[in-house]
Amino acid sequence: MKDVIEGRVWTLGADVDTDQIISGKYLTIIDPDELKKHVFEIALPEFAHEARAGDIIVADENFACGSSREHAPQAMRAIGVGAVVADSFARIFYRNAINLGIPTVEARGVHAIFEKGDTARIEMTSGRVTNLRTGASVSFPPLPHHLLDLLEAGGLVEKVRRELEARAAGGSPP
Amino acid sequence: MSDARGHGATLAEKVLSRASGLDHVVPGQIVEGSVDLAMMHEQGAQTVAPFHQMGAVKVWDPDRVVIAIDHWVPASTEGAAVLHRILRKFAAETGLTHFYDVGRHGICHQILAENGWVVPGDLAVGTDSHTNMLGAMGSVSAGIGPTEMAAVLALGRLWLKVPPTIQVRVRGSFGKGVTAKDLVLRVLGEVRTTGATYKAVEFTGPTIRGLSMPERFTICNMTTEMGAKTGIVGPDEKTFEYLAKTAKHPMHPMTADSDAQYERTIDIAVDGMPPMVACPYSPDNVRPLTDVVREHVKVDQVFLGSCTNARIEDLREGAALMKGRKVAHGVRFIVSPASTPIYDQCLHEGIIETFTDAGAVFTNSSCSACFGGNMGILAPDEVCASSSNRNFPGRMGAKEARIYLMSPAAVVATAIKGEIADPRELL
Repeated sequence: MKDVIEGRVWTLGADVDTDQIISGKYLTIIDPDELKKHVFEIALPEFAHEARAGDIIVADENFACGSSREHAPQAMRAIGVGAVVADSFARIFYRNAINLGIPTVEARGVHAIFEKGDTARIEMTSGRVTNLRTGASVSFPPLPHHLLDLLEAGGLVEKVRRELEARAAGGSPP
Repeated sequence: MSDARGHGATLAEKVLSRASGLDHVVPGQIVEGSVDLAMMHEQGAQTVAPFHQMGAVKVWDPDRVVIAIDHWVPASTEGAAVLHRILRKFAAETGLTHFYDVGRHGICHQILAENGWVVPGDLAVGTDSHTNMLGAMGSVSAGIGPTEMAAVLALGRLWLKVPPTIQVRVRGSFGKGVTAKDLVLRVLGEVRTTGATYKAVEFTGPTIRGLSMPERFTICNMTTEMGAKTGIVGPDEKTFEYLAKTAKHPMHPMTADSDAQYERTIDIAVDGMPPMVACPYSPDNVRPLTDVVREHVKVDQVFLGSCTNARIEDLREGAALMKGRKVAHGVRFIVSPASTPIYDQCLHEGIIETFTDAGAVFTNSSCSACFGGNMGILAPDEVCASSSNRNFPGRMGAKEARIYLMSPAAVVATAIKGEIADPRELL
């Protein structure tokens, strides 16, 4: 995980639920490259065609509320979304996104300082999101070490893999 | 009982203390909790790849893992058939024998409840957001994603941030035609969809003590729509009686201390409370049903089903209203029981016949129309009255379709009238 993340911004409103990110009719798709064709189909129909790797999603409150479907962050990861920043997140999405290694930042007031197409700069350890076009910024409490470690490892799969490896080697978990 | 902090613990804090092996925990603290029960439905198919990528071979405890397929049962698409096959193969390879496959199937949360898989004091996780429902057993029960489930299967534990608890204290008696669903909708109207994010919602008070276990399942189920990590109800004689013959592992019953510190307490008196309805497009857009009835909202489809409200008590209540009446012309009424045993019970009691005689379709047990991916899908601009839990845009099909969430009695009244109706008119 990079400490400073910069990218082009896509904005979304409040209460964008998981049905608006990946609709129920796509839940039998498990290939992320197939899933990404349908991401934000209801909330932001142009996103799937126009988004580039490194783009940043900025949303208002309660982003990705609703279902536990990991299809939502998986599709974002497949596109190469650089980070997801929101005023607040629904809890399962927050865990899912971090488990997949997507920098996920809760920053109060962030949606109000961005418009679509702006460039965002996120400083993970100091806890600041800045709009490079306007200079406006908001601060956020940096992620707990536990979660930064998880992102540092590249996600939960890698973290558990290391732990199981260490266990098999007879050592204590890192 | 107070401890060194000067106040007692909420029920969720106590359950998480036990799960993490700590004397006490405080909200905001990150703990590693040992899992008592892990549940997967079709989304568990996405657990298999990360499980292997982690280098895991064995599941930490196959007797603490339940697989219950429910979204597409029997498989309605090739994609779903593949998900089912992945799960069957994984279960066979890793010795997961508690697999509720086609024929023994039901909605995953109902399977956990009626088979005693979650008991008081448990920390339970499932790959479905409505796992919160099992908090009605006096457990902390939360939804997680499939990658996280892979870690749980490998290690038997997961990290959790100890949630602050909102207390919902309820007193009074329901009027005729008013149900636990109306209560939880009322609470949603107050807490809203973000009000309990990352938090526990503990239901207390004399009205809650008077609720049956199925009613407690309904109210804990919809704490998911409040953003909560878990709903929770302190176990009592009703809990123990419900689990008497089925509990799959030892119970650790706990209750909140009388001086527990809640982040917020919401007092609700249900005396005189009317039936409630959540209007499009959010479960917290809650209004008294009587107000919506005055607007003569015509419906195209009515759904009596889902983990929220498709237990035998719900279907009996619906059948009692339906008996001798007909589904309105032009309305499609879908009834889907929450489990195969409930289906069998409906068959035995003549409930299926009551509904089909009236012109409803009575389906096999599944999530059915609730999630817009299997059957009972709505066309653009159609209107549906549903006993389920979500009405966001696109939830049951077309994004323009409008969904009204109501009690089982209210959806049956609506099916009969052909427009949003008050069940009290039929009582």
